[in-house]
Amino acid sequence: MFAVSAAAVLVCMVLAMLRAVLGPTAYDRVLALNNIGTKTVVLIAVLGFVNGRPDFLDLALAYALINFIGTIAVLKYIEYGDLGVSAPRETGTE
Amino acid sequence: MMGDIVNAVVWVLLIAGGFFMVTGSVGMVRLPDVFTRMHAAGMVDTMGAGLTLAGLCVYSLHDGTGLVAVRLVLVLAFLWFTSPIATHAVAKAALSGGTTPYTVRGAQAGAGKDARGGGAPDAARQAPADGERGVGDPS
Repeated sequence: MFAVSAAAVLVCMVLAMLRAVLGPTAYDRVLALNNIGTKTVVLIAVLGFVNGRPDFLDLALAYALINFIGTIAVLKYIEYGDLGVSAPRETGTE
Repeated sequence: MMGDIVNAVVWVLLIAGGFFMVTGSVGMVRLPDVFTRMHAAGMVDTMGAGLTLAGLCVYSLHDGTGLVAVRLVLVLAFLWFTSPIATHAVAKAALSGGTTPYTVRGAQAGAGKDARGGGAPDAARQAPADGERGVGDPS
């Protein structure tokens, strides 16, 4: 029964990837990538049960963390043009 | 006997989770602009992942290994905390990036080519009409 769920998640990942490729704005792509990451977390968890090794859940937890941080980082990069690691830019030059 | 009931419950939860996930994904492909797609994506994050992981949780609780259920609850709690934050961040960035929400009256700046019910964009809300904003484009 877990294989059915994994197949459903894979189909949904294909659909979300379609939106990430088509999406007219950059925000559509970011949203689709965040969604693909969430589905990847679920897929890792389900595949652990398919193989009878639920140890993969730790990987799912780590992937959820990385997915969230990555989404926020990409959004900040789109919004500000850099990630704020350098010295604060002088404002008003744009 | 008990195993049959647990199996049935797990089946129902997994099928319901798959249904919500497929519905949200189809909505994310078919809905007209980024805000409505966010709504569909929220359904995937909340109900799809929630019901699927709940099914796994019921299965692992019956299977005996309790720590697996604890880790599943941890994954689920983390997903449910971070998904609204990420969606809110996307919405805020899209609004401040010049995307105007899609309306039925045809204001469709940034709605893309598959916006339905087109028409002239409302002149009163002339946000930047170029929805595609390049990464790192300092405008």
